[in-house]
Amino acid sequence: MSAQEQHPKKAFGWAARDSYGVLSPFIFSRRATGENDVAFKVLYCGICHSDLHMIKNEWGQTVYPLVPGHEITGEVTDVGCKVKKFKVGDRVGVGCMVGSCHSCDDCNNNLENYCSGMILTYGAKYHDGTITYGGYSDIMVVDEHFIVRIPDNLPLDAAAPLLCAGITVYSPLRYYGLDKPGLHVGVVGLGGLGHVAIKFAKAMGVKVTVISTSPNKKKEAMENLGADSFLVSRDQDQLQAAMGTMDGIVDTVSAKHPLLPLLGLLKNHGKLVLLGAPEKPHELPVFPLLSGRKLVGGSGIGGMKETQEMIDFAAKHNVKPNIEVIPIDYVNSAMERLAKSDVKYRFVIDIGNTMKATS
Amino acid sequence: MSKSAEEEHPQKAFGWAARDNSGILSPFRFSRRDNGEDDVTLKVLYCGVCHSDLHIARNDWGFTHYPVVPGHEIVGVATKVGKNVKKFKVGDRVGVGVMVGSCKTCECCQQDLENYCPRIIFTYNSHNPDGTRNYGGYSDMIVVDQRYVLRFPDNMPLDAGAPLLCAGITVYSPMKYYGMTEAGKHLGVAGLGGLGHVAVKIGKAFGLKVTVISSSPSKESEAINRLGADSFLVSSDPAKMKSAIGTMDYIIDTVSAVHPLLPLLSLLKVNGKLVTVGLPNKPLELPIFPLILGRKLVGGSDSGGMKETQEMLDFCAKHNIAADIELIRMDDINTAMERLTKSDVRYRFVIDVANSL
Repeated sequence: MSAQEQHPKKAFGWAARDSYGVLSPFIFSRRATGENDVAFKVLYCGICHSDLHMIKNEWGQTVYPLVPGHEITGEVTDVGCKVKKFKVGDRVGVGCMVGSCHSCDDCNNNLENYCSGMILTYGAKYHDGTITYGGYSDIMVVDEHFIVRIPDNLPLDAAAPLLCAGITVYSPLRYYGLDKPGLHVGVVGLGGLGHVAIKFAKAMGVKVTVISTSPNKKKEAMENLGADSFLVSRDQDQLQAAMGTMDGIVDTVSAKHPLLPLLGLLKNHGKLVLLGAPEKPHELPVFPLLSGRKLVGGSGIGGMKETQEMIDFAAKHNVKPNIEVIPIDYVNSAMERLAKSDVKYRFVIDIGNTMKATS
Repeated sequence: MSKSAEEEHPQKAFGWAARDNSGILSPFRFSRRDNGEDDVTLKVLYCGVCHSDLHIARNDWGFTHYPVVPGHEIVGVATKVGKNVKKFKVGDRVGVGVMVGSCKTCECCQQDLENYCPRIIFTYNSHNPDGTRNYGGYSDMIVVDQRYVLRFPDNMPLDAGAPLLCAGITVYSPMKYYGMTEAGKHLGVAGLGGLGHVAVKIGKAFGLKVTVISSSPSKESEAINRLGADSFLVSSDPAKMKSAIGTMDYIIDTVSAVHPLLPLLSLLKVNGKLVTVGLPNKPLELPIFPLILGRKLVGGSDSGGMKETQEMLDFCAKHNIAADIELIRMDDINTAMERLTKSDVRYRFVIDVANSL
């Protein structure tokens, strides 16, 4: 069956059709609202760097046509008969996943993101065998379990990037204990993930040093984003002066880069958390790990309970991503700019006002 | 004119030293300081042969100063104690591990983490505050500040207990720090040598299920029947490794050669922890996806502080844990070192110093 005929609800979005990654209008369909489902009108969708990797098939797993988007916010239009937590008109969001097995240890421990049967919001096979389509579209139908509520004081456009970038940095700050007031945490890379990491860490009372290769980002980092200090990683003198001063480092850089200088910045017992995924393995020097009892860990998004907790924390502490709102027909230009990191710091598509809705 | 090793200090001492990077050890006369008011003097009875001794004797790490007297798994009896020493008396069974000094004032020292003090003084191949070099346990006696001396539990055999002073604490400390002690959880031990075999015993004492991960199928019977491991995984068998994917909560990696981490990371469950205590001489390849997709971590650890080392000794005594050793004479040391390079020992050589030096 064609994408249009698979399901009963008409839907409209923008999709990439091949690895050139150019997005264009795409008519498809969504399932009827099941008893556990929430249907909502999409108002905003953030552009995550993963969307760019996926439309160009850089990870080799893309199924075309691909409708990306996993930083989705909107308003509920319909709820299934067993849905208790949401009603029509509620402000809601969906992040990177729309399904999991619900029975394994990880699901039972609110770690759906690590479930081996976890279903991604786009480009993945759903329980009914159809491929999932993401938030560059006018409507979504999602199992209640994977919906988060967006508090009233968080604008839906700024809230959207929290659903991937936000949880991706919030979860490891908590898990690795880098959330205690007075700790000193470095943030490597000043993009979508990095800038939100600064805001969350500051809200947790943590002292933040931005570690970047670009000296011209210093003013922005300190004056607009609230970082306490800025370290140019190519400057050997600055690196030397900062050796052994950080309790943790959150590394958002996805290109391959040397870990040794970062390990050197850590105090004894310090933690380097890697969030970016380069194509090739890193080189891990073992001596600094042993002589300073340091660790290198990873993290990937977060479970649903923690995602809601993160959203509520952001609302309470006024953590709002810095965004550039764009109309849907700018999306291909936005992708080109994203490839050059030319955005401060997340594009968000104004779906509600600029995507032609289905009749 | 600088003094010779024999003349530096007032007490005569005798040991075996390596004089160049051939690492060959031979008799060596030197001297030790007088027993100060905070010091304990030990007559050395036994000294374990740690793989680090071999690396240092051969200058594998590039920072050896010759002549070097190795040995940091030292067990003996106290023959003198200084007037400020309250914890030990003459005749006590005592031990000395990898360190004999630290600054005592920094945060690490105040938190019983002397092993991470930036001014740590290692038992051998280090400088003392007075500028003289210090010499390790392949010798007849040693003078050590009481803070760095351990009480040897009564029921622990002196010879088989010696290796715990380095190998034991090196695996015990990270198991505690990284939370790898929850009874019922599954621990993988990669590498079955001095460190690995002690990790199996300590893991079992914590109530863990223990799987030995080794490239040598011939070690299986030994691992299970003699050391008490629950299972054995041949790391060079792809089918066996595949069936063990995602089954372990923790892995202690004792392998010191360069080796791939990806197969080990795959064995871990979500939130799994791989702790490396071996020191390969080149960086390892760290694949990122397993860390991100499974929230896994790779951590390091380096011996342990004095308080924790004493705790480890007492724990091992309580659980009847000692190393499996091959007792050798001092003059066999060079042969033993050769065999150690081929991992031909089950699982630690211990020098019978008192009877053969």
